[in-house]
Amino acid sequence: MISTAVILSALELGFIYALVAFALFLSYRVLNIADMTTDSTFTLGCAVSATVAVAGHSLLAFPAAMLAGACAGFITAFLHTKLNIPSILAGIITNTGLYTVNLAIMGFSSNVNMLRTQTLFTMVQPYLGSFYKLIPAAAICLAAGCLLALFLKTRLGLSIRATGDNPDMVRASSINTGFTITVGLCVSNALTALSGAVLAQYQKTADINLGTGMVIIGLASLIIGETLIPRGRIWRKILGAVLGSILYRFIIAIALRMDLPSECLKLISAVIVALAIGLPAIQNSLKPATKGDRKHADPA
Amino acid sequence: MLTLRNISKTFNPGTVNEKKALSDVSLHLDKGDFLTILGSNGAGKSTLFGAIAGSFVPDKGSVHLDGANITNLPDYKRSKYIGRLFQDPLKGTAPNMTIEENLALAYMRASETHSPFSRVNAADRREFREKLAMLELGLEDRMDHPVGLLSGGQRQALTLLMATLVTPKLLLLDEHTAALDPATAEKVLNLTKRIVSENHITCLMITHSIPSALQLGNRTIMMKDGTILVELAGEERANMTTEGLLRLFHQQGLDNDRILFSAE
Repeated sequence: MISTAVILSALELGFIYALVAFALFLSYRVLNIADMTTDSTFTLGCAVSATVAVAGHSLLAFPAAMLAGACAGFITAFLHTKLNIPSILAGIITNTGLYTVNLAIMGFSSNVNMLRTQTLFTMVQPYLGSFYKLIPAAAICLAAGCLLALFLKTRLGLSIRATGDNPDMVRASSINTGFTITVGLCVSNALTALSGAVLAQYQKTADINLGTGMVIIGLASLIIGETLIPRGRIWRKILGAVLGSILYRFIIAIALRMDLPSECLKLISAVIVALAIGLPAIQNSLKPATKGDRKHADPA
Repeated sequence: MLTLRNISKTFNPGTVNEKKALSDVSLHLDKGDFLTILGSNGAGKSTLFGAIAGSFVPDKGSVHLDGANITNLPDYKRSKYIGRLFQDPLKGTAPNMTIEENLALAYMRASETHSPFSRVNAADRREFREKLAMLELGLEDRMDHPVGLLSGGQRQALTLLMATLVTPKLLLLDEHTAALDPATAEKVLNLTKRIVSENHITCLMITHSIPSALQLGNRTIMMKDGTILVELAGEERANMTTEGLLRLFHQQGLDNDRILFSAE
């Protein structure tokens, strides 16, 4: 029922989208901020990558896309930390504004075609045979994952983690929370943009709607990963994000094989995320809890 | 060392919730002073700490630390020199990070020379182990455990260690043993005494227990309605008893069940 080609493409996409799961791990899990910039940042990565690749610099496209993503994260962080706009609203504002920016980057066209453009994948195709898509995608994903795990162990990384964990304590240890939130959102959006950049070159096209719903897809992957690897140190959580992203792609592939129309996928993702995040509350209300138990289960 | 000049602070001015928390408070501490602060609820004790730590800018007056005017310095910059412990033991540590990572964060305070990308190395780890062993809680063997697994007393002891890992110019203790059981509170208090005296830290401690207010430190103040009512030091303080202080409380109209209770 599932051919090798399907498995291969699920793995490829899983590795590529795992970068979004990393980004959400950093913003949503570590910093405790639901970063609504994600959708447009992903498209931004696609747009920058495609435009730079079409201009003949298919490798420069990746750092360029990451830089653009970091700028988007910086704007959200600025709105949140300097102008005191609630983080969700700050993300939505940036998200909305970026739509125009993304169109502008693609020359006010809703898509960019790269069929005759040299991409990272066509560059390595002569050497890697049928794995020419999987190996670069996996390499980028694993390199980014390792760097992220190392980064979160540095002094700067520790202060970012503490910011999400206990802001009171962070202020008392002479760390500027505005600064750590800004760095965190810049890094997470750079990762999201990198994901978009790789995807654009992977499918040889960039489209203004590619990022729609990306925050939910990333969260679904992250949560599936957390179910697979429930607890542990940072590197285990990052590994979980990769596995979750790959499994999510397999679920999608199976759904498509079952002739589920692809329009249904967003609804399925939304349901997965709502159920997964709401699961503790559901379990709690089903359990005939005593007063003491309920107090114990309080997430605070 | 620390000088407060005519500090006033009113919260929610011009509303029904207007609260004059501090009015014209002046205070001076010399290096090595250990000041204990008594007072009923709402007397302005914690607000006084807030003014020192920079949680807000006072309406009037100025704060000076080591000769520098720090009145307008944001809290995170002041915390380079000022360690602070709260009543709630959960406030001072990051629960999902390990003991070692929490200590590394506290250690960053002084280590400006370290690059933000440097990591905890073997030498740091050895030092953390040594310091943790001083607490005599066995935490040195659990450095890779998340802090969230520790008890309130262990977390407060760890917070105390973190606040003093890099010797601060000033240590603010806001009823830091009030939420602990008596035995643990005693232990944390002894630890406080030892760390403060070994490092000659200038210290301010809010407490509701008259005996510990008199036993610890070298100066005591009593606050009411945002002002300092009584100041005790030297011989007068040395000769003061719990009963005497209680009498003073009654004279000043400072009746407070909580204080009477803690005098037991």
